[in-house]
Parts: sequence; C-alpha cells; structure tokens
Amino acid sequence: MKRCVPAVLALSIIGLGLLLTGMVENRYFYFATYVILQYIVLATAWNILGGYTGYVNFGTPAFFALGAYMATFLMLACHAPLPVLVLAGGLISGLLGLGLGYLTLRLKGVFFSIATLALTVVLQTVMINWEFVGGAKGLSIIRPATVLFFSSYVKFLFAVMLCLAVASVTIAWWIEHSWIGRGLAAIRDNEEAAECMAVPTLKLKILATTVSGALMGMAGAPFPLHVTLIEPTSAFNLDYAVNSLAMPMIGGTTTWLGPLVGAILLGTAQQTATVTISSALNLLIVGVVLVAFVILAPEGLVGLVRRLVQRERA
Amino acid sequence: MIRQYRCRIRAWARRGVLLGAIMLVIAWASVSQAAPAIRIGLGMALTGGLAPNGKAALLAMEIWRDEVNQKGGLIGRPVELVYYDDQTKPAAVPGIYSKLLDVDNVDFVISGYGSNLIAPAMPIVIERQRVFMGLFGLANNEKFNYPYYFQIMPGGPSPAQEFSRAFFALATQQNPKLRTVALVGADAEYPHTALAGARENLKKLGFEVVYDSTYPPTTVDYTPIVRSIKATNPDIVFVASYPPDSVGLVLAAHEVGLRPKLFGGGMVGLQFAQFQTKLGAKLNGIVNYDFWVPEPTLDFPGINAFLKKYQAQAEKAGVDPLGHYLPPWAYAMMQVLGQAIEATKSTDQKTVGDYIHANAFDTIVGKVKFGANGEWEKARMLLVQYQHIKDNDLSQFAGPGKRVVLLPEEWKSGTLIYPYAEALK
Amino acid sequence: MFSFELLLNAVTAGLLLGGFYAAVSLGISVTFGLLEVANIAHPVFIIAGAYGAYALNTALALDPILAGLLLTPIFYGLGVVIYRIYYVSFEQRGEQSLRGLVFFFGLMFIVEVSLLLVYGVDYRMIETSYIGSSVLIGPIGISLRLFVPFVVGLILTLAVYLFLAKTFYGKAIMGVSQDSLALRLMGADPVQIKTIAFGLGIGTASLAGALLLVIAPVEPSIGREYIGRVFAITVLGGMGSIGGTLVAALILGVAESLTATFSGPSWALAVSFGLLLLALAVRPAGLFGR
Repeated sequence: MKRCVPAVLALSIIGLGLLLTGMVENRYFYFATYVILQYIVLATAWNILGGYTGYVNFGTPAFFALGAYMATFLMLACHAPLPVLVLAGGLISGLLGLGLGYLTLRLKGVFFSIATLALTVVLQTVMINWEFVGGAKGLSIIRPATVLFFSSYVKFLFAVMLCLAVASVTIAWWIEHSWIGRGLAAIRDNEEAAECMAVPTLKLKILATTVSGALMGMAGAPFPLHVTLIEPTSAFNLDYAVNSLAMPMIGGTTTWLGPLVGAILLGTAQQTATVTISSALNLLIVGVVLVAFVILAPEGLVGLVRRLVQRERA
Repeated sequence: MIRQYRCRIRAWARRGVLLGAIMLVIAWASVSQAAPAIRIGLGMALTGGLAPNGKAALLAMEIWRDEVNQKGGLIGRPVELVYYDDQTKPAAVPGIYSKLLDVDNVDFVISGYGSNLIAPAMPIVIERQRVFMGLFGLANNEKFNYPYYFQIMPGGPSPAQEFSRAFFALATQQNPKLRTVALVGADAEYPHTALAGARENLKKLGFEVVYDSTYPPTTVDYTPIVRSIKATNPDIVFVASYPPDSVGLVLAAHEVGLRPKLFGGGMVGLQFAQFQTKLGAKLNGIVNYDFWVPEPTLDFPGINAFLKKYQAQAEKAGVDPLGHYLPPWAYAMMQVLGQAIEATKSTDQKTVGDYIHANAFDTIVGKVKFGANGEWEKARMLLVQYQHIKDNDLSQFAGPGKRVVLLPEEWKSGTLIYPYAEALK
Repeated sequence: MFSFELLLNAVTAGLLLGGFYAAVSLGISVTFGLLEVANIAHPVFIIAGAYGAYALNTALALDPILAGLLLTPIFYGLGVVIYRIYYVSFEQRGEQSLRGLVFFFGLMFIVEVSLLLVYGVDYRMIETSYIGSSVLIGPIGISLRLFVPFVVGLILTLAVYLFLAKTFYGKAIMGVSQDSLALRLMGADPVQIKTIAFGLGIGTASLAGALLLVIAPVEPSIGREYIGRVFAITVLGGMGSIGGTLVAALILGVAESLTATFSGPSWALAVSFGLLLLALAVRPAGLFGR
C-alpha cells in the first residue's frame, strides 16, 4: 500500500491540474505557474546530479536550451506536436548528459563545474551560428490556435509542464529511496571509498547525468512555445544556472522535497516581484534571499524544519 | 427597562440609517464626479541590456502622461501608466502582458522596447484583439499581419533594408565609382537583421562584398576584426552594432587607421550623449543612421519644448542627458494613441484602431501615417554625418551643425564631407 | 585572406589582450587557485573597481589606472570583510564549497544592483591621452589603449608573484594552500593568512577594473561575461600557479585574436572554451598545476 501512495498522489495532482484548466480562465495564472513548474523540473533535475551525487552542474542553460532548440528544429522541419517535442528534447539532452557522465571520469569537483560552463559557451556559439533555428537574430514561433481537450494552447502548455513536474519529482523520490540513491549518496560522501566498496560509480554517475540532462531538456522543449520566440541570449540565460542551483540550496539538497520547496518559494517570489516591485530591486531581493538562506539555513528549509522537529522531540 | 432599551435601539437605528444614507450620497457623488482613469499598460526594459533606452523611453511617456493630466486628461479621464520591468528578458513578457490584460484590466497596452521584447507579447494582444503600439521593433508584424499593430519607428514598409538603403544610395552617388564593401556586425537580433537587409540592397546595386563577418557581443578587443577588414581594402565599411561594440569599433578604426571612403551605417549607440562626448572628434566623418537630430529642417512643433522638459529630469532619472534618440518617439507614440482616443471619444479597441489606420497624426517628430501592416506608410529614416565635432563638450551636440542630415532630400541640412578621411582633418 | 603581417598583428593583439585577461584573472588565481574559494562574484568587483576609477576620473580628473591603484586598499579591506563572513558561515562549519557558491552568487547580485542604483543603467566610458592612438613598430601596430593595460597587467602579475614567492606572508599563503595543518604547527594562523590572501585577491580587482574601463565602456551587468573567462584561465593555467595564469591568459587572448582575424569572430569565444575543454580532458591539473 505504501508503494502506491506516491503514484496515487502524483495522479491526483495531475487530475487536479487538469480540472483547474477547465475552471480558471485567467491566463496570467497559467503563464506564471508554468514558470514555477518549469523551475520545479529544473531544480529537481539539477539536484539529482548536484545534491544526490555531489557534482555541481553550471551548465543547466546548455541542457535547457538544447531541448528548446531541438523542439524548434522539429517544429520547423516537420510540425511535430508538443509531446513529441518534449520527448525529443529529453532524448537529445539525455545524450548530452551521457557524454557529460563520461567526462566525470576525468574531472572531479570544481573542474567538472568549469567544464559544464565551457560546454554552455560552446553550445551557445553553435546555436548563434545555426541560421535554420534563427541564429543570433532569433525566430518567432506561432502557437497553434487550437489543441485537443483544452480551450487554449496556454492551458495545454501548463498541463504538460505540470505532468513533467510531477514526473520529475516522482523520479527523484524513487531514485532517492532506491539502491541508486544510496549509491549516489556514497559517491557524494566519498567517491574513492565508494569505489573500494564496489559501488558501480561510473554507471551511477552516468545514470545521474543522463536523467538530470534529459529532464532539463524536457523542461526546455516547450520554452519556444511559451515565449513564442527562440533566441540564444534568453534560452541560455544565466538565470537558469543560478536558479537551478539556488532553489535546491534553499530547499535542501538531500531529499526530493528540497528542490520542490525551493522552486515554489523562490519561483513564486520572483514572479511576484516582477509584477510588484518591478525594478532593479528585484535582483537585490534575490541576492539578499540567497545570501541569507545560505548563511542561516545551510541545509535548506527542509533541513531547518527537520532540526526544529528533532529539537521538539528531544 | 425593556421599553428604555427599545427606545435606545430605535434611536441608534435612526442614526444608523441617516449615516448610511449620507455615506451612500457621498459615494455616489464621488463616483460620478471622479471619472475612472484610462489605464495604459506596458512592460519596459528598466534593467538589463536595453535599459538605457528603455528607461529614457519611460521617462518620455511619463512626461506625456503628466502633460495630458494637467490639461484634464483624455476625454475627461485621467491617464495612468501601469508598467513592469521586463528586465530585457523575452521570457518575462508573456507573464507581464497576461497580468496587464487579465488581472490589471488595463484599457490599452503598448509594447516594450526592442523586437525581441515585442514578439512574445504579440500572440497575447492578438488573442484579445487589442490595439498595440510598438516601440522600435523590426518586422514584428510580418508573420501575423495583425491590423491593430502600429510601429512608431519610421522604418517604412521594409525596415530591415531601410537601415542601409540610404547609406548605399549615397555610395552610388560618388565619383569615382565605389566598388567594394565590408559588412560587419554583432551576433544579435538587430545587427543580423540589418546586415541581411544590407545584403539585399547590395544585390541590386552591384557592389562586391569583400568582408562579411559577425562577432560575439562580448568581444573585448575589436582591433583584430578591424585589421582584417582593413586588409581587404574596402571602399565602403557598413557596420551594424550595439553601443559597446559601436564604441569599440570606432576606437579600433582610429587605432588601426581604417580609412574607407565611406564608413558607418547602422551603429546604435553613437547617438548617446555619454559616447558622443567621450569619443568627440573621433566621430567626425562617420555616416550613420538616425531618427531625429537637432537640425533646422527637423524643427517640428513641440520637439524643443519636450526636450527641455526631458533634459531637466534626465539626470535625476539616471538616463541619457540629451534624449535625442528614443524619447521623442516614445512621446510621439503616446501622442498618436492619445489623439486617437480623443478624436473617437472612445476606448473601444476596434474604433481606436481603425481611426489610427485611417488618419495622419501631428506629433513632435512630425507627421505620422501608418501603412497596411502597421509600419510607417513612407520611411523616414535619416542618414546623418558627424561633422566638425571639436572636443568633448556635450553642449555642442544639443544644437545643429554636428550631425547634418544628408538623406532623404526632404530633410537635408548639409553636405557630405567626402571621403571619410577628409572629415577627420 | 592570409598575410604574414596580419598574422603578426593578430598575435600581438592577442598577447596584449592576454595581459589584460591576466590582470582580470589574477584575483581568481589567488582566491580560487590557492584558497579554493569559488568566488563567482570577483568579476562584479572588477566592475565596481571600474566604476570607482570612473568616479575618481570624473571628479578629480585622475588617470584611471592611478585611481585604480589608489582604491586597492579599500578593495583589500572589502575582501577581508567578505572572507570573514564567508569563513564564519561556511568553512568553519565544514560545509562544502557548494554553499559558498550560492553565497557568492547572492553577493554578485547585491553588488551589481548597488552599482545600478548608484550609477544607473547607462554605459560609462572615459577618455585619456592614450585611448585612440597607436604606435607602429615595423609592420606591427600597437594600440596604446591595449598596450597600457597589458603592461600594467604584467606588472601586477609580477608583483603578486613576487609577493607570494618572496615575502613572509606570501609564502605563508602558498603554505596554507598546500598544507594548512603543517602551517598551524609552524605557529601561523591559517585563518588570518587566508584572510590576507582573499583580501589580496579582491584588492587586484580595483586595478583590473580600471584597466577594463580604459579598454571598453562599462555597465553593471558586463561582469557576467567574464565569469567563464576568468575561471577558465585559472583552471587552464593550473590551480595555484600565478605564472600559469599569465600563460593561460596569453594563450586565450591569442586564440581569440587569431580566430577573430582569420576564421570569423563569431567563433572566437567557442574556440577559447573549446581549448579549455580539450585541456581539461587531456590534463585536468592545468598547464602548470600541482
């Protein structure tokens, strides 16, 4: 019975979301929550590699944008529908993740992070020079006017991203509670010791990078349809790198709950600030929140809550 | 006892009803006297790469709003600007415009600054069939052909080519005949579009392209690029660049000694006061595009009064002190919308939209008339040359004589100093 | 379109640019290469240094490089304060440097916004006697706007190198990066040494910022463009090697310049980072790393 709980929970959340699309007409709701859901996917995906395994990935924009550009390419080449785009984005970013996994053989710690940074720059330059998907100029994408089951395409995007968010959190939950998660934690704590204990470190690392990359690519695939514009600067924006790092930090990196909490909190704060304070102060708030959280709640909110609960029990 | 209570209750009830009635009368009176504001919503780049222009544009719009409200508002209603910072991020635009339309319920929407910040808003405004005033975007309506989009940039029916058309037309007028062209620009939206337009123009004119490359906007040193341009010995050098690279290229050109017969083209940023003062005489001879310059042929009614107001507030707002580039156009865009609302006495989108299509408007940048797809019916981009700039004094740029208009003939205010090297003496 | 003259000029321009890159990366070489503190915020301090130089240049007509030099003690103090906060919050608790990363990201945003609020969003540039002119040595043209930062960058690198190699505190810094326990046994306080080192790293930012201001206009957010470059140069050169940083900076500058001259500037950045990836794959410790 206990095993069924997450599946039931996941399905009921999706069901609730679908119900919502029937009732709420306010498009701002869909646009804003889409962004938060997207960050849930990105933060959870990042955490599989960063929090569980201990390899800090600075290259979230590379995987995200690769998914977005793959989707653009397929839309232009064969007018593929969104589910196909999402799968394709996941596939190609997963392949990139696979390559990155082999890179971890040579590079550990901060060298790995620098390599992901370099990867982002190289990929961005490639996209700038690929005229078919817009190049440096960018390409304007037109959302389909109608879609099955939903009264507007924006609702469809929301529903797709909701499914992705639920799926990614479920995958993270499952990894954490399985032998894979234990192996990744062993790698994070001490990779050499894990090797000595016959933990299949390479296989696990490759799994982590591939899954992480694939999820990020899937989050990126609907991006051109969300913004109706694909261009390199916004697809490869530093925001994605910072947020996918900061959200798990704020929430807590050791569990599946941390990135979820962090994404909802920081994402909502950013969305709210955009339409309220709306000025340079936005960035100041993000900076202050990051610094404050990281100093005062080093294990994230989840860790903080856990400690409070333990103190109450004791 | 109970009778006393009943009396007291009745007394209080009577007072309550009287109070309620008075409040109702006051509320009704105040509602009927204070007309609801006309709310105009927009997202604007207040931070990020396009912020220098974005903030200046917003200041111009606020000046317009204050002037209109002082005169009693539009059709008797005060005007309110509802704006959010889009941080020069296209990804933020859908959220902002859906909030403006669905939550804030603004009466009219206008765009942010720049093609990539206008594009994400198009589907949203089109879905709700809203009038959409555009502030300096290239070809945003090309794919949609939406009837209620209006672009205040005077690019005419084919704006991408307009940036270079006059420049190359000037080149063909020179004797002895010029033959070779070098094209260079940044890897970004506007420069790529302008260069594509330039190539289109060149095809018809028979020039030979000897250099055609783009550079990353994060380039630090432009000397290698300028040197390889010089190595091809071009007669003409056409540049499509953004502010930091425009400056870098001008400096590098001087250091390397790049002296084509004609130099300039579509360099954004040379119109900014900060760069004009610091580059000073190094700007002499450059033939560049512009939209409005303080020349006697462009002395439209109201422009100087506006600039005075703007310049008085510019320093405090932290924006370009002269305000010659974007602010007059942001103000003119609001003038068009305001005049349309006043003339039709309505805030209905279709009524106002049809009116804007059908009429010409008198603004501080002259007569404005829109064509079929929302662009200007007739282009009015200027080709100017920087001349006789002496030192680094800002005030010399406030008046005529330093940026003379060469084309179109209608607005010409001076003659070309040719070749480029002549102007540097 | 190849000519020997073009090649010579491209290499020269690349070397000049590399000298500037070395000045910019020096701080990271110290704080990250030696102390392994991933100070992502270093580029924004360089921008702050550029603005400081701009302010002094506008107010007192000071040469920007002189201004940068004068501001060094202030930036040193800033570095000391920041390291104290960092140490108390992170290193003392034995946290991973991962959390320090987020701290520095937050710091980067805070400094960037402060600059925005004070100076606004407009670009700032300066004008000096050596900007815009160049000297000719045979077929090679040297623009002073890049030559002066190159020379200053070299001097700065040499100064830091000598400090680390010859002075007591310098040697202590090298010691603490190699074996802090042994250092403690020798009677020096590693925390104090690291504080000095971090202050030194940030201290270089003001002069590097002044050099940046000489080369190109600045505005608060351009620091982000340098994050990749400075870490790439430090890692390529080898962690803990100041000389390695200089060599890596020169290599990167020349690579960018050659690509820009001969095969299309669009790919210049990709070539640099591609080189880095290659270097990491072949020799992760960098060129001169321990």
